[in-house]
Amino acid sequence: MAHHDHNHGHHDDHHGHDDGHDHGSLKTYTIGFILSVILTAIPFWLVMGKVLDNPSTTAMILLGLGAVQIVVHMVYFLHMNSKSEGGWNMLALIFSAILVIIVLSGSIWVMYHMNHNMMPGMPDAHDMRIRP
Amino acid sequence: MKDTTDISARYFVREHHPENGTLLGFWIYLMSDCLLFACLFSAYAILGRNYAGGPTGAELFDLKLVAINTAFLLLSSITYGFAMLESQKKKLGLTIFWLAITGVFGLAFLGLEIYEFLHLIHQGAGPDRSAFLTSFFALVGTHGLHVTFGIVWLVTLLFQLKKHGLTHENKRRMMCLSMFWHFLDVVWIGVFTFVYLMGVM
Amino acid sequence: MQAHSEVQHDLILGRLSWDAIPFHEPILIATFAGVLLGGAGLLGALTYFRMWGPLWRNWITSIDHKKIGIMYMILGLIMLMRGFADALMMRAQQAIAFGDNAGFLPPHHYDQVFTAHGVIMIFFVAMPFVTGLMNYVVPLQIGARDVAFPFLNNFSFWMTTFGAVLIMASLFVGEFAKTGWLAYPPLSGILASPDVGVDYYIWALQVAGVGTLLSGVNLIATIVKMRAPGMDMMKMPVFTWTALCTNVLIVAVFPVLTAVLAMLSMDRTFDTHFFTNDGGGNPMLYVNLIWIWGHPEVYILVLPIFGIFSEIVSTYSGKRLFGYSSMVYATVVITILSYLVWLHHFFTMGSGASVNSFFGITTMIISIPTGAKIFNWLFTMYRGRIRFELPMMWTISFMITFVIGGMTGVLLAVPPADFVLHNSLFLIAHFHNVIIGGVVFGVFAAINYWWPKAFGYKLNTYWGKWSFWLWTIGFYFAFMPLYVLGLMGVTRRMSHFDDPSLQIWFQIAAVGALMIAGGIGAMLLQFYVSFRDRAKLRDVTGDPWNGRTLEWSTSSPPPDYNFAFTPVVHDNDAWADMKKNGYQRPLSDFVEIHMPANTWAGFVISALAGGLGFCLIWQMWLLAGVAFAAMLGTIIVHTFNYKRDYYIPVKQVTETEEAFTQKLEAHA
Repeated sequence: MAHHDHNHGHHDDHHGHDDGHDHGSLKTYTIGFILSVILTAIPFWLVMGKVLDNPSTTAMILLGLGAVQIVVHMVYFLHMNSKSEGGWNMLALIFSAILVIIVLSGSIWVMYHMNHNMMPGMPDAHDMRIRP
Repeated sequence: MKDTTDISARYFVREHHPENGTLLGFWIYLMSDCLLFACLFSAYAILGRNYAGGPTGAELFDLKLVAINTAFLLLSSITYGFAMLESQKKKLGLTIFWLAITGVFGLAFLGLEIYEFLHLIHQGAGPDRSAFLTSFFALVGTHGLHVTFGIVWLVTLLFQLKKHGLTHENKRRMMCLSMFWHFLDVVWIGVFTFVYLMGVM
Repeated sequence: MQAHSEVQHDLILGRLSWDAIPFHEPILIATFAGVLLGGAGLLGALTYFRMWGPLWRNWITSIDHKKIGIMYMILGLIMLMRGFADALMMRAQQAIAFGDNAGFLPPHHYDQVFTAHGVIMIFFVAMPFVTGLMNYVVPLQIGARDVAFPFLNNFSFWMTTFGAVLIMASLFVGEFAKTGWLAYPPLSGILASPDVGVDYYIWALQVAGVGTLLSGVNLIATIVKMRAPGMDMMKMPVFTWTALCTNVLIVAVFPVLTAVLAMLSMDRTFDTHFFTNDGGGNPMLYVNLIWIWGHPEVYILVLPIFGIFSEIVSTYSGKRLFGYSSMVYATVVITILSYLVWLHHFFTMGSGASVNSFFGITTMIISIPTGAKIFNWLFTMYRGRIRFELPMMWTISFMITFVIGGMTGVLLAVPPADFVLHNSLFLIAHFHNVIIGGVVFGVFAAINYWWPKAFGYKLNTYWGKWSFWLWTIGFYFAFMPLYVLGLMGVTRRMSHFDDPSLQIWFQIAAVGALMIAGGIGAMLLQFYVSFRDRAKLRDVTGDPWNGRTLEWSTSSPPPDYNFAFTPVVHDNDAWADMKKNGYQRPLSDFVEIHMPANTWAGFVISALAGGLGFCLIWQMWLLAGVAFAAMLGTIIVHTFNYKRDYYIPVKQVTETEEAFTQKLEAHA
């Protein structure tokens, strides 16, 4: 029995590496960390320091940098690549991202119209976005 | 006879070990968790400016506190990374050490967040005050609950590492927790950007 | 504004008291008495025949996907009886309650009946049936020995079951929701529904929902990782393709249900303002989010059915399925599009012309790939040597019935038309048309098709045909009048009417319901007679229909390990390919087989989850905390169990395979 366990163990080992599982290194974790710190510090600085006049612009930058930092986390911490699990990880991620966008933007679009049509007298959708 | 055997032999293998599906399965579960948070983010997007005459984010949010919490979580991500690296080098003691540090950062994050919540509730800005606060507490609170479960898992894993060492099963569990933990940080990026920073403006 | 109910709050018992037992409702007391007697009889029989041990060892703790699949089907059948009883009550009430006749169901009871009917049929009949079929068949079709996570599979089943237990408990302790099966706020909020009904609804679905979600993860990992060597994605059976897409839908949308129900629950318990009318809440948000779940849900129900029909049509036509690739693409397209149509469920809520037009168009587009599938099945049948066995009969009925329902759906997809027909009986007729014509007929076809595989004998055809005709004709009698009534303007969920000219239609519908009842009775008789006559109906070959996919290469029932040697696949319809090329089963040199071990943990954790749900419903906070801690503790204890497998020795494999060989030789 132990003999078999040993064999299975080896299989798991080999499968682990054959699957394209990247395990990262000190270098990749450090790069990811530093990038994340920068991508976090800038948004906090922009808002706490009231650096830009236009809140919409600030919001765009915040969302943009947030998206970039998410990608940084995916690549450097989660070792996301197109080979892992035969490409299924990437496919699942892209599919989920699309659905998240549909749920978010679809809901915002639908509810903006619902509120506009069905809640007369209520302040409009600009309440759902950023206001100074 | 030999012919049929040859024909049949194309159609089976004597030993077959299907690839282990745990890491893919856990990743897929994480994708489902993304949808859960998408729902909560949607609720916040739609309800997040319904102050019902009550306090706004600008009045309530302490960005310094949020910055500190963000730092805790980001640091915990890198310390988990260190734990993973040590586990690949088969260093059980250092693995446990870095995992424990990760747990401490996680607890610090939670502690600060609970403090923030209690402070808000004390001010009369609890989740029942307005839809803005409802959706805030639900989104940030659900993230906090996930962190809590992550810490419970981490502590359990520490015991299991002590008991069995860096076996295949334990390393697989570490990889799953690693994915979970980094995802907590990914969701937090959304939270501090969309809720706190944009909420204050 | 505080809005807690005025019921006394006990530390241990929360809001639970003797008032919760419905002593004043004779129907319920009679039902309870019946359940007690029947239950006592069942438990007595189990004890007398010393079945508790085998039940626990072979079924309750089993991680075998085949056993779990069968248990799902049993759950679905039991809950079908309950859900259909609700249907009979509604039909009876609506047939008689005109003018002065108030019928026998006052509104507060009737409202619970239609709510329970919907919840049970969707969550505890259709979902278990579909999940059970996928569980049983997919590993066999891909040449695997079990699913990717056998323990999780057991857990998923028991979570679903304990969700059903909570629903059934609401019949006798407390009451159920009166809100309709989707429980829209503000009606489902704490002000309008301060009683436990909506809480039963919420927690039953939360418990069952976890089971379903994990099942989704399980089957995706299974299909991706455990296919036999040589089975590329485009060589998978169509049923496996539809199972994959269905489980992708499950994983993607059940979290939305979980989140929305949690939000509703918070509104009810903590006075939050997600969906309240005050405090900045927005009830329309609930409708939006719940249908983001709700629409993909109906595709979760129907996509596996399309897969079933693909298998059945090709098998009983003796031909390869026409247009395999287009079937796959159609399934994938339906999967993606199902996320883009949800607003058609609330065109009338007021989102306006631009939004309505977008979703109206997407809704019409989604009917196209479905239509393509119908054509593919028809082209498969064309010039085939068709055998009209029961599964094929159900298929024909499905094609006609489902297409009619689909067409009324396209009609409803036009927003201006929907403004007239929304929430009328036309809508009810439409969705029953597609769910019964599609899901129910598909499940019955599947049961007749795969029963011999699961149990080793075919189902009796005589009673099967009675069931088929009663169901088909009964369906038309029961629901065509509802189309007429809907076009005349009759609203859904009414327990009483004033216009006597409508009554005849309801009476015809009631006759239809009785015919369906006959159909169900005939089906139960079919099971009994088949079991009784199983020696005569025996199939020893494992392949009674001259099947085309790998499940038919095993014995009936398959051995625990499914395949002594993992098959290698070279073409679509792998088993048909093997037979065509003169494949012979290997008769020697077997190896020991690595198998997962049974587990007590799934049942125990799920029971605790059910208990936790009950405590939360009745606001027994202390006990809820205990239940939660026990659950968490049990889960952690379970994770300390690393030894979850065993090996079937070579001798046993050899004996099992030899037994099958002997049966085949005796038959030939």
